[in-house]
Amino acid sequence: MATHKMFFAGSGGQGILLMGQMVGSAAIHEDKESTFFPSYGPEMRGGTANCTVIVSDKTISSPVIFESDCVVAMTLPSMLKFEPTLKPGGVMFVNTSLIHQEPKRDDITVYKIPVSEMANELGNPRVANIIMLGAFVRVTNIVTQESMEQVIHEVFGESKAALLDLELKAFNLWKG
Amino acid sequence: MNPVYTLTKGMLPVETIYCPGCTHGISHRIIMEVLEEVDMLGKTIGCGPIGCSVLAHRYMNVDMLECPHGRAPAVASAIKRVHPDNFVFTYQGDGDLASIGTAEIIHAAARGEKITTFFINNAIYGMTGGQMAPTTLIGQKSTTSQSGRTVEQAGAPMRICELIANLDGAVYVERVALNTAGNISKAKRAVRRAYDIQEKRLGFSLIEFVSSCPTHWGKSPVESMQHLKEKMLPYYPLGVYKEPEGGEV
Amino acid sequence: MSKKVLMKGNEAFAEAAIRGGCRYYFGYPITPQNEIPEYMSRELPKRDGYFIQAESELAAVYMAYGAGAAGGKVFITSSSPGIALMQEGFSFMCSAEVPTVALTVSRCGPGIGGIQPGQADYFQATRGGGNGDYKVPVFAPSNLQEGVDLVYESMDLTDKWRNPVFIFADGLLGQMMEPVVLPEQQKFVEPHEIRALKPWALTGYGDDDTKRNTIISLRIQPEDLEKHVEKIFKKYEQMEKELVRVETTGIEDADVVIVAFGTMARITKEAVEILAEQGIKTGLIRPISLWPFPYQAFDKITSKTKVVISAELSMGQMIQDVKLGVNGRFPVRLLSRTGGVVPASLEIAERTKKILEEMGG
Repeated sequence: MATHKMFFAGSGGQGILLMGQMVGSAAIHEDKESTFFPSYGPEMRGGTANCTVIVSDKTISSPVIFESDCVVAMTLPSMLKFEPTLKPGGVMFVNTSLIHQEPKRDDITVYKIPVSEMANELGNPRVANIIMLGAFVRVTNIVTQESMEQVIHEVFGESKAALLDLELKAFNLWKG
Repeated sequence: MNPVYTLTKGMLPVETIYCPGCTHGISHRIIMEVLEEVDMLGKTIGCGPIGCSVLAHRYMNVDMLECPHGRAPAVASAIKRVHPDNFVFTYQGDGDLASIGTAEIIHAAARGEKITTFFINNAIYGMTGGQMAPTTLIGQKSTTSQSGRTVEQAGAPMRICELIANLDGAVYVERVALNTAGNISKAKRAVRRAYDIQEKRLGFSLIEFVSSCPTHWGKSPVESMQHLKEKMLPYYPLGVYKEPEGGEV
Repeated sequence: MSKKVLMKGNEAFAEAAIRGGCRYYFGYPITPQNEIPEYMSRELPKRDGYFIQAESELAAVYMAYGAGAAGGKVFITSSSPGIALMQEGFSFMCSAEVPTVALTVSRCGPGIGGIQPGQADYFQATRGGGNGDYKVPVFAPSNLQEGVDLVYESMDLTDKWRNPVFIFADGLLGQMMEPVVLPEQQKFVEPHEIRALKPWALTGYGDDDTKRNTIISLRIQPEDLEKHVEKIFKKYEQMEKELVRVETTGIEDADVVIVAFGTMARITKEAVEILAEQGIKTGLIRPISLWPFPYQAFDKITSKTKVVISAELSMGQMIQDVKLGVNGRFPVRLLSRTGGVVPASLEIAERTKKILEEMGG
């Protein structure tokens, strides 16, 4: 297995950092190395939010990346910012509920998924990130579906048990 | 024969560096007398200041440390966390407490720290050589207000008891003076009350001792007592500024 | 042994301190270390410890002085400008021989500067801004596991030496997440146990006032003060023997040797691999203890090496120690980014190549 470098990006409140952390946690379940690095600073709710996640089978040197293998863009500004970082052949996930502009690159694979609308249909707009996470896992296989479901149990299992069913449903919603 | 005056076990039998007529000796002694009376000398931790009383640890027979530049209330707050059953006090002058240490004293009081602060107000910086303090009176000469302090140049003197009493965390605040036998007795009763309040963990208490500095006031010890009464007390009125509700302690 | 968990650096450092026996934490909010006071405010009271949100970093460092003098195990943290405010306290604690573990999650200056990672506080950490002759051991982790282990160990080192111990992290280590294995919980010390463990501590002397303790830093007689400073410097001499920590790789036949610590070191490791693929042999000296600095590691550099590079997230501070270590045997060059810019490994590799070319190699 190689080293996978990815950006998760969107706006504050979309659960962007949680997505990244969950990928990092799933990687540990598979005995892989992982790092997570958030953007940090004065922007809170409504501002931009992004994080860098690296999953590898060897020691990771820098958690900061300049090129990516994969981008998950939940808003237009985040697509505009991170699309150029993709290596040729990279994969980008686009939340078409909020991004009505076409990606520019023709040397990458793009998955267009209206996750915000899908989340509304499920009855909770806040699970858009988990729907996207499901797509990300099934397309990239950077971490397995099983280890991510285990992480979902860990994150939502205890204090938020009422949410668990909904989150699992969201995670398995997008089938490609 | 019945001795009318003996040393207290609370004061070590050493000569102090204090000038003749200085009231530090009195405030040291009454605090230590109270701690001897309640049998707490061995369960006390004292926090000294920077200033003339930086060497208080040489005289007061309790575990003690030096605290830099107004930080004694922060130091004492932490010591009380480590040893909640000990009596923990700070002993601070007006430059230390009312100038460089204002943040620490206000926030220790605001947090309602279960500690006791003894505040020595003689309206002057003693150790550094007689400079103007936040409590220096209007018109009072000092080496940094050589024609006498003016409101225009330095603002009005700070009244610490009044300030601290405004904070909910302060439960007992009293101003006492060390100029007469009667006032000294009252001062000792205030120290005892502050001890009881800490023992009952009711909150923060501060006793302000209106004190003298014959050397930097440029007066004899006797004139200093006169000055204290005539000039200091009208601006710094004695009395209880805050006490526990019901007044039972 | 506990299992690997994905933790944010700041929270991992906080947990490591608690597990190392830290029962007292005092802090003031400043980015990028805020997760530490937040974590401590949540965890310590639950676990029978104490948290105070201080009114300033100045108050925080003196709360540490108080709790340390009273025999407690203390941890304080801040970031660069906040550490600047604490400097007075480190000088006092060294003089009064009061233990405390302090950690900086360093950012960029000067002034308010920026909140992104920086290493321009190398002087602040190793030279100190407090007054007088004093020294503080400084450890700089380059990954979270190392940070956890160093914080944990330092909780004991500070007691052993009766001197503050400093951990130099930066915004990248504080904010990133990485798997860590947490060490075992040390038992908290109870107030009545302190006197036996630390006979010098302020606890109240009980019934025997010949056991009275004072903790002071004022020594008015010059001869007394000189004697005291000489006494603490005996400790520093011993620390220089016992506390040097360094990681070295590939020095012996290196074309170029890069010296880097913390975040810069972990990025440089990848640069070394990139250079190796291009046939350039690169040695790495990674100081883990910034004071005492591992000068001896430089003795292993062979005459095959053309240049020694100090790679820093600053305008060049550690380079002074690098030059002392090199001692004139090789040219020394600086490879620097600052302002919060964290370079890619590729950039470090390319700039290293360029420096080598300038050396005629």
